[in-house]
Amino acid sequence: MLEATGLECVRGERRLFAGVGFRLHAGELLSLQGSNGSGKTSLLRMLCGLSPAAAGEIRWRGETIAKLGEDYRRELCYLGHHNAIKDELSPLENLLASARLADEALDEGCALDALERLGLAGREDLACRYLSQGQKRRVALSRLCHERRALWVLDEPYVALDAAAIELVAGLIGAHLQRGGLAVLTTHQPVEISTAAACVRELRLG
Amino acid sequence: MLKLIVAVVARDLHLAMRRRADIVSALFFFIIVVSLFPLGVGPEPALLRQLAPGVLWVAALLATMLSLPRLFADDYRDGTLEQLALAPQPLGLIVLGKVIAHWLVSGLPLALLAPVLGLQFDLSRDALWVLTGSLLLGTPALSGIGAIGAALTLGVRGGGVLLSLLVLPLYIPVLIFGAGAVDATVTGLGAQAHLSLLAALTLCGVFFAPWPTAAALRIALE
Repeated sequence: MLEATGLECVRGERRLFAGVGFRLHAGELLSLQGSNGSGKTSLLRMLCGLSPAAAGEIRWRGETIAKLGEDYRRELCYLGHHNAIKDELSPLENLLASARLADEALDEGCALDALERLGLAGREDLACRYLSQGQKRRVALSRLCHERRALWVLDEPYVALDAAAIELVAGLIGAHLQRGGLAVLTTHQPVEISTAAACVRELRLG
Repeated sequence: MLKLIVAVVARDLHLAMRRRADIVSALFFFIIVVSLFPLGVGPEPALLRQLAPGVLWVAALLATMLSLPRLFADDYRDGTLEQLALAPQPLGLIVLGKVIAHWLVSGLPLALLAPVLGLQFDLSRDALWVLTGSLLLGTPALSGIGAIGAALTLGVRGGGVLLSLLVLPLYIPVLIFGAGAVDATVTGLGAQAHLSLLAALTLCGVFFAPWPTAAALRIALE
């Protein structure tokens, strides 16, 4: 499904990595490992099509992602370093607004349910600027509860989360893989993702 | 398509209502700059009438410039812009929505306030009407053209000053025809020709500017 060949990343004068390739099938997880500054985030941004690769190509269902454009983005869910939530809005408003902009049907009941699962019950209507770092991350991750797009690209999803929340998110990713989805993520924490059938691949950069 | 534009406009207006201080400060800037001129130049009605169109229009340009740097900067900082760029719709449409929302909170209030400020310059009733009309017609172009500059200077240190240097020269045609319309009314010539050209500039500005803006945003995100 997702296939990368000969990817190269150049930042300024420095070449971060070259010749990176992998192939990911339905129900598989790719875990990117590597020290700080080894180019994990750059690789994820390439996979999303946010930044172009210096060399190599990325294919989704056999077509290059540049050619697929919107059709690829329709199947992609990206969660970056930044939470992409607005401090002025409440968690509920954030979730509904981001779903509307991503052209997804999400009603208020589903959104409330997602926030409750992430342990934000009672805080749905509080402006996000009053939330802690971990709670903001939870708001951003609550998107994943009802996310049915095939490819999840997650940049350090567990950062700022407590142990219970990490387990919950790992469970969400596991369920996604079980449904036949694909996921690419970076993390510095060894987290066990319970997948019955799926397999976890590792790629080490640097 | 329309649904997306409406969603973007609704979101931006919602956010703007949560931080009203930004809108109000740009409006007060406009009021104060315009009010300084009669105080500085002196109470000579003929001179004031002559100055009015230019002063009001230049103040409107500067007030628009104040709110431009934040057009994309907040979304860029908190990662929302990445999500918008990855949305399964053309980024240009999203930019169009943001331009419309920007006009609603910056250009529209300026235009509505202008006739009140125009009274300080002893403008006739006709001239006040044309002033409001020219601002209503011309300010969308300011938001559209400004979006290109805001996108090009996104993430640049000292981007605010660079933005003014980039965008203000591009505002010159809008300024000439906008102020010209009021001027033509004051001197007794019809304002219609100026207003038509202004409307043409706005149509071009609003419908063509989102696409280069979207391209500039993608470069900023790389």
